[in-house]
This record gives sequence, structure tokens and C-alpha cells, in this order.
Amino acid sequence: MEPRTSAEIGGMGHSVKRKEDPRFIRGQGNYVDDVVLPDMLYLDIVRSPYAHAKISNIDTSKALAIPGVLAVITGQDLAKYNLHWMPTLMSDTQMVLPVEKVMYQAQEVAAVLATTRYIAADGVDAVEVDYDPLEVVVDPKKALLPDAPVLRTDKEGKEDNHIWHWEWGDKAATDKTFSEADVVVKEEIYIPRINVASIETCGCVAHFNKVSGKLTVWMTTQAPHAIRTVFALVAGHVGLAEHKIQIISPDIGGGFGGKVPVYPGYVIAVAASVLTGKPVKWIEDRMENLQADSFARDYHITAELAGKKDGRLTGLRIKTIADHGYTDAAANPSKFPAGLFHICTGSYDLKAAHVEVDGAYTNKPPGGIAYRCSFRVTEAVHTIERLADLMSHELGMDPAEFRMKNFIKPEQFPYKSTLGWEYDSGNYAGALQLAMDKIGYADLRKEQAEKRKRGELMGIGISSFTEIVGAGPSKHFDILGLKMFDSAEIRVHPTGKVIARFGTKSQGQGHETTYAQIIAEELGFPVADI
Amino acid sequence: MASIKVRVNGVEHTAEVEPRLLLVHFLRENLRLTGTHIGCETSHCGACTVVMDGKALKSCTVFAIQANGREILTVEGLEQDGKLHPIQEGFFQEHGLQCGYCTPGMLMTGYAYLQSNPSPSEDEIRHAISGNLCRCTGYVNIVKAYQYAAQKLQQGGA
Repeated sequence: MEPRTSAEIGGMGHSVKRKEDPRFIRGQGNYVDDVVLPDMLYLDIVRSPYAHAKISNIDTSKALAIPGVLAVITGQDLAKYNLHWMPTLMSDTQMVLPVEKVMYQAQEVAAVLATTRYIAADGVDAVEVDYDPLEVVVDPKKALLPDAPVLRTDKEGKEDNHIWHWEWGDKAATDKTFSEADVVVKEEIYIPRINVASIETCGCVAHFNKVSGKLTVWMTTQAPHAIRTVFALVAGHVGLAEHKIQIISPDIGGGFGGKVPVYPGYVIAVAASVLTGKPVKWIEDRMENLQADSFARDYHITAELAGKKDGRLTGLRIKTIADHGYTDAAANPSKFPAGLFHICTGSYDLKAAHVEVDGAYTNKPPGGIAYRCSFRVTEAVHTIERLADLMSHELGMDPAEFRMKNFIKPEQFPYKSTLGWEYDSGNYAGALQLAMDKIGYADLRKEQAEKRKRGELMGIGISSFTEIVGAGPSKHFDILGLKMFDSAEIRVHPTGKVIARFGTKSQGQGHETTYAQIIAEELGFPVADI
Repeated sequence: MASIKVRVNGVEHTAEVEPRLLLVHFLRENLRLTGTHIGCETSHCGACTVVMDGKALKSCTVFAIQANGREILTVEGLEQDGKLHPIQEGFFQEHGLQCGYCTPGMLMTGYAYLQSNPSPSEDEIRHAISGNLCRCTGYVNIVKAYQYAAQKLQQGGA
């Protein structure tokens, strides 16, 4: 496509050098650990070696005897301000620091405040915690058995580890497609828990100004506006609400969803700054990041697909157990507890489908946010595509031909899926055919057949996906009444230069450049002036 | 406390440091050269790579006192007289970065490597950066950035 703007304007379609790069290639980026304020204190965290244990005693005396250690903060200290628990975005609760027991390995147990990073670490080593280990439940299927130990003893009247049950679709119609099917394939799919491992770990510098009553937090967060509201919900009762809180998200060394949650370390650093009136820095190390931070996936899926002899698909049935760790702390902006998992009919025209998901508590860290995990679309796509492959294999059909046969046809759009999604447009068969032509699919199949004759293995995989990308429109998606904070403010100044502010945060995608190009395209200002 | 004398980016520094102070913290916190990043504290990720006496090393697992009497180059020292080093130019031209966090380490590894092997093959470059992790870009454009720099250096670019 020819660009609509001149090279000087540099709108969309022009190859524009990134605005971010000149600072990054010179080592002049500004990441959170680069932030240094006068009189800044350092926070480091004592973490549990047990996945489930009662805390019988925390002895802070040896830590406090170290010159430079100013305080050891425990759950008991935070409980005085009712800050030892915080709400999650899924209406669950999460510990900031425990008063009774720990629920996962590497959970925060206490925090040491000191004058330097090294002394804070010394303090962490000197804090002595006595634990009484409890039975550990890490398998969500076992967690849902009647004899499993109840993990959330903090919840009055809670007698199991079941978080919620959610189902969607017409069960009777779906069961009918199975009873009338010529062929049924069934697969147990476990999509394991993974960590994003951004190269920069998480951390913050919290600074509470006792005179103005304002809190400023420099923080590795992908969602500064949502975080501000979360902080207001956690600390509103002690006088900190949105109008007194500023969250600054500087350059971020990769996010991938792992920098969406509110980790206890942030809250403890804020509490420490509020109490001391001094800036407090907390930077987690890699071991903490890998053990305790938000995960993705951890879905145990049982899926079945029903079809006819001629290769036509008719029904889809899915039962899933979702392992949320010890609390449901997903960042799911939809009204469904399993996100948008019911996009699982994908690109195929199915008569009926039924989805059931049960959330389970286990002794693992909370999360379910990373890699767009709260939306659960990746899990959905994987499931239907795996089943499509199995079914084509079962029927002895070519997987591409099988998909072509079952794709929603161009003339069916706008299309309403059996699970209620409105698909506005598409030409799935056309797209797959184009891809097949480009890679020479027929030749590849011939090559594969010849190789197999010689005893060589060669695999050819096909996957197509239809999923919801992003989280809009805001009439359907919302976090804490903020919608998704998708907003922009563009101001043109007297000399014709433009300052634009956005509700989305770059973690390396190059928003400064991309948005400037969009503004250049739409308003005609040179990209260099934005 | 121990007394050290280190030349960093051509400037001599003397300092009293704890023997346990890591070189990366000395650079970042004592000298405020924050371009050198910390990613793992275990020598796995390479974000903290600097060049000491011509060789790339991971400053998160070296004590500051081990740098006593040595010459260190960090990312801040690559640009000379307002002119980017070809390895910096390569990353800029070939889109070899996204979030920029691994970039200083990648640049310093490349700076040292291209001195020892001025015209590496793609395989050799991939081997050379095997101690530097990137989580955004993937390595294709980083390899291209190294190739760009190698070519530029061969033409006498720096």
C-alpha cells in the first residue's frame, strides 16, 4: 500500500526510525532500578521455603541488630492498618503479608527496610521464621476431591477448594450432536503453567510526601491507571485515593502480562514509605521473579469433538479445571470468570457447543495474567486446533481439506457462533489457500510421502485461529470501572508541536513511534514534531 | 573496605568499596552508569555485560575489587565524539531491539566479539550471543545488527 503522507510527515506506511532507540542504544533508558531519590531506603523480602505452612513465630531481633536495618515489617504490622490483605480484580482476596500461614513457596513473609540494598539483604538472611508445615496441594484435580485439605481457611464457611463453576452454551443440543455423531474424538490436554521471564524483573520506588499527602510510585507496570485504582481500593481507608496517587511507569524491560498484577512487594514498599516519609525502593531478583510472579495457562482440559463421516463437524464439548493458585488474581476484564474461553469454536461452523470451567485453589502463586492469559483465548485456540487435527486424522482426511470443509464460509458473515460471538467478516478458506499456495503445500505433501517411504520423518502442521485480540469494546470490557483506560489526549502547542498522552503503556513495542505515525497520518503533523 | 582504582570509559575512578560489592552495582550505583542492567544476578542473561581489558564479561558475578587496575568499557562509552559505534548503528538500523533492556549487554558482547572475529558467519554470531538473552525481539534482527556492524567496521567505520 502506498503511504498517503509525504516522507517528511512520515505517516503510516513510512519506515520511520524508532523514537525510543537513540536512548536505548546509548544506555540512557530510564528503568525503575535507575531511579534514585535522596534519602532513599531499600526493601528486601523474606520468602517462605514452604508451599503451605503455619507461621508460628517470626524473630526479627537479629535482623534489627544489624546497623542500617531500620525495620522488619510483618503481617502483624500491616494488620494494624488493615493492609495485610488486598482485594484481587476477580473479587477474591490476596495476602500482602501473612499473619497466619503461607500458601505457596516463595510467598512474602516479612520485609526488611534498610539504608542500602546489601544491608537489606543481610537483614533478610537474619530474620528467623518458624514454620509448621501443612499438607501441600499442587494438583487442582486433587484439590477438588472431597478429602482434600481446605486451603482457604481464612474464608469463613469455605469447605472445599472450589472457586467457581462456569458453563456456557446449549448442553442438551451439544449432547445431541454427540449421540448422533458418526465420529467422536476426545483428548486430555494439559497446558502447563509458565512464567514470562521478562529480562527486567519487577520493582518500584515508592515515595509518600507527608506534607502534601501524595504518593508517587515509579513502578514496572503495564497498567499504571488500573494500578492507581487498585492502590486506592487497598489504601483508600487510610486516605490514599486516586487524587493523591501518581503511578509513573518508566521504561519497562519487557512485560508480557507479568507486569500487570499488583505484587505484595509494591504494597509493602508503599506502606514503608507512608510510615517513614522516605522513598523506598524494592527490586525483586530473578529467583523471586520466577518463583512468585504471575503465571500463564495451567488449564487441565478435557475436550471432545463430534462429526459426521463426510468430515462435517457438528459439536464441541469441553470440561476444564483451571488452577488459579491460592487466590483468583487474574486481570480479566470480561464478565466471564474464564475470560473469553468460549471463543473455542474458533474458525469453524459448529451446530452446538458447551463449555464448562471450574476454578480451583492450590498451593501455588496467584496470577493467570501473563501472555494474555486472563482472556484464555490461547487455551481455546489450542484446544479446537488440536481436536481438528485429531478428527482429520481419525477420518483419514488431509488436515487442510478438513479445515476448508468446516470453516465458516465467506457468505455466512456476519456470523453468529453457537456460543454467541458475532464475527463481522472473514474469508478463512481463502486465507488458508493463500498460505498453502505460498508454501507449496502440495509439493510439501509429496516430499513428505517420499521421505516417509525412505523411513525419514517429516511433519507438516496447520493451525488457523479466530480469537479476540485486545480487550474491547469498552461496553463489554471493564476493569474496576476504568473500562480499559484506552484513551488519548493530543495537544497542539503554539509552535505547532504536539504532545500526546495515552492510556496504554509500551513494554518495548515502540508506542512513541507508532502513535506519532498515526497522529501524523490523521492530523498531518510531521512525525518528528510529535 | 578496600581501595580500588578503575578506568571506566577512559576516566579514572578511585573508590573505597566493600569487598563484596559487585562490579555491576559499583558501575550503576557508585558511578551512576545505569546503562548496564541487571537481569538475573547469575550470569545467565547477559544484560550486565561490560568489556574489561578488551574482553566481554558479566559484571553481576564479578566483584568491584576484581576490576582494580583494569580498564572497563560500558555502553555509555561506545559513542565517540558524538558518533555512534557501528554496533550501536547496527541495532538502530536493523531494528535489533524493542524494550532495550538486554541491548547494552548485546552491544558490549558484540563490541568485544567483532574485535576478535571481524567477519563472523551467522552461526558464529549466534554462538557469540548465546550468553545474552533477549525476550522481545527474537535474535534474527540482532544477528543482522551484528552483520551490519561487522561490515561497517571492515569498511573502517570505527
